[in-house]
Amino acid sequence: MSYVMPKFRHPNLPKNDLGYTIADYDGSISTLCAGCGHDSISAAIRNACFLSSIPPHRIAKLSGIGCSSKTPTYFVGKSHGFNSVHGRMPSVATGASLANCDLTYIGVSGDGDTASIGMGQFIHLIRRNVNMTYLVANNGCYGLTKGQDSATADLGAVSKYGQTNPFDAIDLASLAMLQGASFVGRSFSGDKEQLEPLIRAAMAHNGFAFIDIVSPCVTFNNHPGSGKSYAETRENLDAMSMDFVPMRKEIRAQYDAGTTQGVTLHDGSVIHLHKASADYRTDDRTAAMISTQKAKDEGRLLTGLLYLDPNTQDLNQNLRLAARPLNTLGKDELCPGSRVLDSINEGLR
Amino acid sequence: MKQIEGINDFVVKFANVNGSGSASANHLFAKAIFRMGIPVSPRNIFPSNIQGLPTWYEVRVSSKGYLGRRGGVDLMLSVNPQSMEKDVASVEPGGYFVYDSTKPLAPHLKRDDISYFGIPLTEMCMREYTTPRLQQLLKNVVYVGAMAALLDIEFGVLKSLLNDQFKGKEKLISSNVHALEMGYQHATETFSCPLPIRLQRGGNVAPHILESEHILMNGNTAAALGAIYGGATVAAWYPITPSTSVVDAFAKYAERMRIDPGTGKRNFAIVQAEDELSAMGMVVGASWNGARAFTATSGPGLSLMSEFLGLAYFAEVPVVLIDVQRSGPSTGMPTRSQQSDILAAAYASHGDTKHVLLFPATPRECFDMTVQSFDLAEQLQTPVIILSDLDLGMNDWMSPPLEWDDNYQMNRGKVLDADGLDKTENWGRYMDVDGDGIPYRTLPGTHPTKGAFFTRGSSKNEMAVYSELGEDYVQNMDRLLRKFETAKTYVPQPKTHPPIKVTKPKTKQKLGALFFGTSASPAYEAVEMLAEEGYPIDTMRIRAFPFHISLDEFIHGHDRVFVIEQNRDGQMRRLIINECEIPPGKLTPVLNYSGTPITARDIAGQIRQALNTKKADVVPLHTETV
Repeated sequence: MSYVMPKFRHPNLPKNDLGYTIADYDGSISTLCAGCGHDSISAAIRNACFLSSIPPHRIAKLSGIGCSSKTPTYFVGKSHGFNSVHGRMPSVATGASLANCDLTYIGVSGDGDTASIGMGQFIHLIRRNVNMTYLVANNGCYGLTKGQDSATADLGAVSKYGQTNPFDAIDLASLAMLQGASFVGRSFSGDKEQLEPLIRAAMAHNGFAFIDIVSPCVTFNNHPGSGKSYAETRENLDAMSMDFVPMRKEIRAQYDAGTTQGVTLHDGSVIHLHKASADYRTDDRTAAMISTQKAKDEGRLLTGLLYLDPNTQDLNQNLRLAARPLNTLGKDELCPGSRVLDSINEGLR
Repeated sequence: MKQIEGINDFVVKFANVNGSGSASANHLFAKAIFRMGIPVSPRNIFPSNIQGLPTWYEVRVSSKGYLGRRGGVDLMLSVNPQSMEKDVASVEPGGYFVYDSTKPLAPHLKRDDISYFGIPLTEMCMREYTTPRLQQLLKNVVYVGAMAALLDIEFGVLKSLLNDQFKGKEKLISSNVHALEMGYQHATETFSCPLPIRLQRGGNVAPHILESEHILMNGNTAAALGAIYGGATVAAWYPITPSTSVVDAFAKYAERMRIDPGTGKRNFAIVQAEDELSAMGMVVGASWNGARAFTATSGPGLSLMSEFLGLAYFAEVPVVLIDVQRSGPSTGMPTRSQQSDILAAAYASHGDTKHVLLFPATPRECFDMTVQSFDLAEQLQTPVIILSDLDLGMNDWMSPPLEWDDNYQMNRGKVLDADGLDKTENWGRYMDVDGDGIPYRTLPGTHPTKGAFFTRGSSKNEMAVYSELGEDYVQNMDRLLRKFETAKTYVPQPKTHPPIKVTKPKTKQKLGALFFGTSASPAYEAVEMLAEEGYPIDTMRIRAFPFHISLDEFIHGHDRVFVIEQNRDGQMRRLIINECEIPPGKLTPVLNYSGTPITARDIAGQIRQALNTKKADVVPLHTETV
């Protein structure tokens, strides 16, 4: 791998609506293993932010601890990031979004960070419907500590050390739907065509948007017998492809009648779902959960936008917060002054 | 038998069953004394239980204005058979025992050195009221009426308090006043009222107290108001006794004072988190993003927050944590007071960490220090922990009124906005530009091209770039230490008093006493007691950690220093020994860790004993044999 990021960029790089080129969304160079699925996710996030014309500095990136959580340094370097505490990124993201509702929050976590140490915070983050995009780079193992099984390792999967996993995997996407997440997707780090529009739709969604992304660990979990290797994932992939059309853009991809479904998101943008089967419904949570479970029973990995409710109230709305970000309020708005205090004193005599 | 006498100087204790509605009646009693202009300090001594267990309410009346516990009980009012035996035994010789005489008093409860006053409270209420609820609730008010007669509480004051309490609910007012009258009348007809211990408006009350416009409030409410006035917009918490009422009060005031006039929406957010880890995470996230945020908790919560406190220390994120201490370790005694989180707070988290601590001693200080904590946290970019306790937080204290300077400006510390970034060359998040160890911060979303950085708990260089180089790590850790030195000059300084003059001192040693928080009131009282006995002791009240240089000077200026605190291990003493490198023998611990607040008599007794005890001979160390 290269340790130096080349500074040279093509002078005629295409620009987005804001005049930024893709280079404006670069981060520092990745220190993950060559071929790591996580790097593809970082690239997808970078491309999604560029394509959706989000000003780089108006993005806030948050993560916990682990290989996945190192990645926010590797995309959109012009934005602030916070590599917090193992499994506790949800609470940091909650506090951050309460303080400033005007930024786009992207959380990157892993299967250890979310499905084990951070399970409590993850569930409560969904319950509160914090307005953010939450991505899990799911490789079924603990990479930074050299390949132990994680809680999303598949039942019967064989580790690099030859041990068979006797425990059933925690299915984060199903869990998120069960807990009422308003946007639940699943994807594969190797499926750029699906992942990019999915991330763009997630960022446009008002409320908690979750994407579980199978992201193979090339070093510890990419061998025959692993449930989350590149080969295994490609073999069993049952992918819905999709396109994302931002607000105020009239580009409509042509699909065969009856196989596409357009869903308008909170900000007016539209996600077009190219459905895997004609009877799949993204607007019915129970049906989506059944389809996801059925696919699992059949050994298929259903990917795409599994469930979406575009009309939810996020945490800040539920708390009836004023529109102006709390972190911009000053003494005049916040401090009631001496006369009010005098009357409080009076009431305590 | 010589009965205890005294005007405006005695201790009354109520022995009740919890969940029986006694709290508001007992509060009425204490507030009436306060309204008569007489210094009073009431304390709830209650179990970790909702209904059915013994609970006490101790009311200290002190003409000199001592607000700590004195020790001992002069008058016990007992309506709880469960605890009666111990309650009788706890009365001072010559004292008074008031009880519900509906059932005759068991013979073993009779003492011949105290006076008994039986009032058939249950019988009177059964006769007067039809529903069990009224019979139960108003029984408490009936005994307050009787106490008014026995102690000479002005009846009009009680009535006006009921008018205030039940404003607009005439039926409630008249039924309560009637119950008061029943008790009052019964006592005047049955006993010789008032007793030799009694109240008198004005009386012998110290003039400076008579002239002041004191308020009666608890520390948790004061801290909540401090958070409102200090500009806190995000509160994240998890319910835990005895801190819960901090956020309850914050919510109450915020709903009144923080509603956007245009839209009716809230200029504040309160989140009840799933646990204390999450509560602290939310505070860290909100503060990182430039809002003033705080949490309130107690010992077990502090333990859970420790990991995040280490992150906030190392990543330099402001945090305000109000720790209302209770008895630990573990669940300990959740409704009993202690000052036992000192070391856990000072060094919370793994690795080399130190945190700024504030020690309020009065509700007024709870207010002032909470306001100040937000400034300090942002100026120093680090956690600030306010160490209150159950006694201060949940009990009503007579306090000077809260004051506010309308010229106050929030000190947001070194934060670069877009302009500032444009004017700054070569900005690095962790550069010590000013030599005070405090670097310049930026907030997310500030500038399109400048000031973005990655906040992390792992080591980094001055430019906030990940680094495992030893020199980068050491440079950063040394700067954090420099910052902690700077903090010494920012935090509230200790309070001293001019030395007490003793004409014929019984000792040539220069004696000093150190204390903090709720140990202060009884410590001052004990020092005055000992001065009268010929032992002059200089005092210093510690108000913050890191310690100010004057603490070192105080210790070096005295031959022997007593450290008065409420925990088993002498945690403040250890912190001083550790941080100021003081020979341990110089600091004598004076401790109470029973869960009930330390008393002046206890402190004086321990110091007396220490002064009369010869220094122990040094036991030679045995040579270790293999």
